[in-house]
Amino acid sequence: MQPVIAVESVSKSFGAVTAVNGVTLDVRPNECLALLGPSGCGKTTLLRLIAGLEAADRGRILIDGADMTHAAPYARPVNMMFQSYALFPHMSVADNVAFGLKQDGVKGDALKARVQDALAAVEMEALAQRMPAQLSGGQKQRAALARCLAKRPRALLLDEPMAALDKHLRERTQFELMALRKRLGIAFVVVTHDQSEAMAMADRVAVMDAGHVLQVAAPREMYERPASRRVAQFFGDINVWSAVVGLAPGTVDIPDLRLAVRIPAALPSAGSPLSVALRPERIAIARDPAPMGDCSVSGTIEDAVYLGMTCTYFVTLSSGAVVRVTAQNGEGAQTFSRGDAVHLSWRPAALTVLAA
Amino acid sequence: MRRPSGTTIALIAGLAFLYVPLAVVIGYSFNASKLVTVWTGFSFTWYGALLADEQILNAARNSLIVAFTSATLAAVLGTMAGYAFARFGRFRGRNLLAGSIAAPLVMPDVMTGLSLLLLFVALEQTFAWLPGRGLITIIIAHAGFAMAYVTVIVRARLIGMERDIEEAAADLGAKPMTVFFGITLPMIRPAVMAGWLLSFVLSLDDLVIASFVSGPQSTTLPMVVFSSIRLGVSPKINALAAILIIVTLVLLALAAWMSRGALRMRPAK
Repeated sequence: MQPVIAVESVSKSFGAVTAVNGVTLDVRPNECLALLGPSGCGKTTLLRLIAGLEAADRGRILIDGADMTHAAPYARPVNMMFQSYALFPHMSVADNVAFGLKQDGVKGDALKARVQDALAAVEMEALAQRMPAQLSGGQKQRAALARCLAKRPRALLLDEPMAALDKHLRERTQFELMALRKRLGIAFVVVTHDQSEAMAMADRVAVMDAGHVLQVAAPREMYERPASRRVAQFFGDINVWSAVVGLAPGTVDIPDLRLAVRIPAALPSAGSPLSVALRPERIAIARDPAPMGDCSVSGTIEDAVYLGMTCTYFVTLSSGAVVRVTAQNGEGAQTFSRGDAVHLSWRPAALTVLAA
Repeated sequence: MRRPSGTTIALIAGLAFLYVPLAVVIGYSFNASKLVTVWTGFSFTWYGALLADEQILNAARNSLIVAFTSATLAAVLGTMAGYAFARFGRFRGRNLLAGSIAAPLVMPDVMTGLSLLLLFVALEQTFAWLPGRGLITIIIAHAGFAMAYVTVIVRARLIGMERDIEEAAADLGAKPMTVFFGITLPMIRPAVMAGWLLSFVLSLDDLVIASFVSGPQSTTLPMVVFSSIRLGVSPKINALAAILIIVTLVLLALAAWMSRGALRMRPAK
C-alpha cells in the first residue's frame, strides 16, 4: 500500500543545530502515527517540514506519491493544527473554517454546506458566529480542528494537540479525536512529548531523539520490545542494568543484581557488554522468597509511593542498586513500607536484552 | 469629604500642564478684543474673519492635501518596510535600509529640509523634474520622514504577533498575497492606522522641512501662522488654533475608538 506521506532521508539544520538528521518515515493510509520525543528532538520541525513551513536541506518528502519537497505550504494536500490553534482573531469561527475552502474556490451553497459539515463533526454549530477570543481552550481546539477537516486533507498534522488543555479534558479529547479519525478515514500525524498520549492515540509510534528516529513500532511492541536503551527509558518506566554475556551458554551476568540469568534469546559471544531491561510491573514483590525457577533478589524498601491504582516501590539491593517495582493495589494485596525487607522475583522471559 | 491622594494631585497637575495652554488659546479665540491678551467680551468675530481670509483658507487646504497624501504614502511604504524587517529575516542590505529609514528620526529637521531642497534643485536642473517645487515636493518630504514612524510601529506590532497565524493561513491554501491582505493586514490594522494618524499630525505640524521644499504657490498652514505672528499675533490665529485643536481631538478619539475595536479582536490571555 502506498504511504500517504513518505519522508526519505530528510535533514534540516538551523545554523549549527541539526534539528532533523536523515529521517526516513512512512505514514500509512488511515493510521495515526505519533512522533514522540523530548523537547528539542526535532519532532515539530519534522511536522513543519511535511507541512512545507520549513524547507528541507536534504532528502525528499512525498505526499500521495508526488514529490512535494519544494512545494509551497498552500500547494500541499495536508493540513496542520497548530499548538496555539492559530485561529484568525478577526474572523468568526464559521469564517475561520470557510477561509481554507475559499482558497480552493468553493463558493455559495457548497461553501455553506461544507462549513456546516465541518462544524457538525466537532459539535461546534452552536458557536459558529463566536469570535475566537470568546471561546474556551477546548472550543478553540475544535474550531481549529474543523478548519483543517473542512479542507478534507490527505493527512492531518497535529502539533501537541493536547498541550493547551487541562488533564481532565485531555483524555476525553483523545478519544473524540480518534473516533473522528476512524469516521473520516484520514491519516493523523501527532507530535507529542507525552508517551501515554502517544500510546492512547497512535497506531504506530516513532520515537525521536536529537534529530533521529530511534524506532517506529506499535505502542505495545515499543513497550515490550524496545530497540535500544534510550527508547526503553523514554517509553514508560523501566529498570536498565549493564550486563555481560556469561561463560555458560545462554546466560548473562548482571553485576548490579549479583545474578546470572539464563535468557531465551540469541546472545553475542561471551564477555560482550550489553544492557538488560525489566519493566517495574513485571516484578513480583513479597516478604517470602520466590518459588524456584524465577529470578530472585532480596533488598530493602527505600521509598514507597502510593498512586491509587498502583504502588511504586524503590528497593535497594545489597549491591547498592535501586530497583523500581510497581505493584497493583487490590483486595488482599500486600503493602510495604520504608525499611521492610522484601524479595523480588520475575520470570526470565520478562527481561529484555538491549545493546549496551 | 475624602482628602485627594498624592497621585490624584499629581494627575491633575500633569493634565493642567498639558491642557491649560490649549484651553487658554480656545478661550481667547472667543475674545472680542483685537488685543490677544485682553479680554473684553465673548464673540465669534475672529472665526468670521478667519473664514474670510483667503490666504489662511488656501494654506489650510494645502496643509490638508499634503497631510492626507503624505500620511497615506507613509502608511503604505512604512507598512511594507515594517513587514520586511519583521518577516524577511536577514536579507541583503537590511542594515542599510534600517539606517536610512531611521535617519529622519534622529536627523535635525533643518538638515533634512536643506538636503531635500538641494536634491529637488538638482533634479530640476538635471531632469527638469518638479519645476519650481510645490505641494508634491512637500508631500515627498513628509512621506519620507513620516514613514520612519510607521515602520517602527508596524514592525513592533508584527514582531509581537505570533507567526503561526500567518503560517496557518498558508497551510490552509492561501497564497502569500492572500495571507498578507486577508490575515496580516487586518491584524496589524490598528498599528497602520495609528501610524497614519501620527504621520498626518506630523505633516500638519511641520514648519521647517516644508519651508525648505515648498514652492511659491504652496504655503502650508504652519508657514502662514509663523509668518503672521512675526507681524504680531492676530486673534485670528487663536481661532485657527482652536479649530486645529478640535480637529486633532476628534482624530485622536477616532484612533482610540478604532484601536479599542482592534483590542477586542485580539485573542484572549
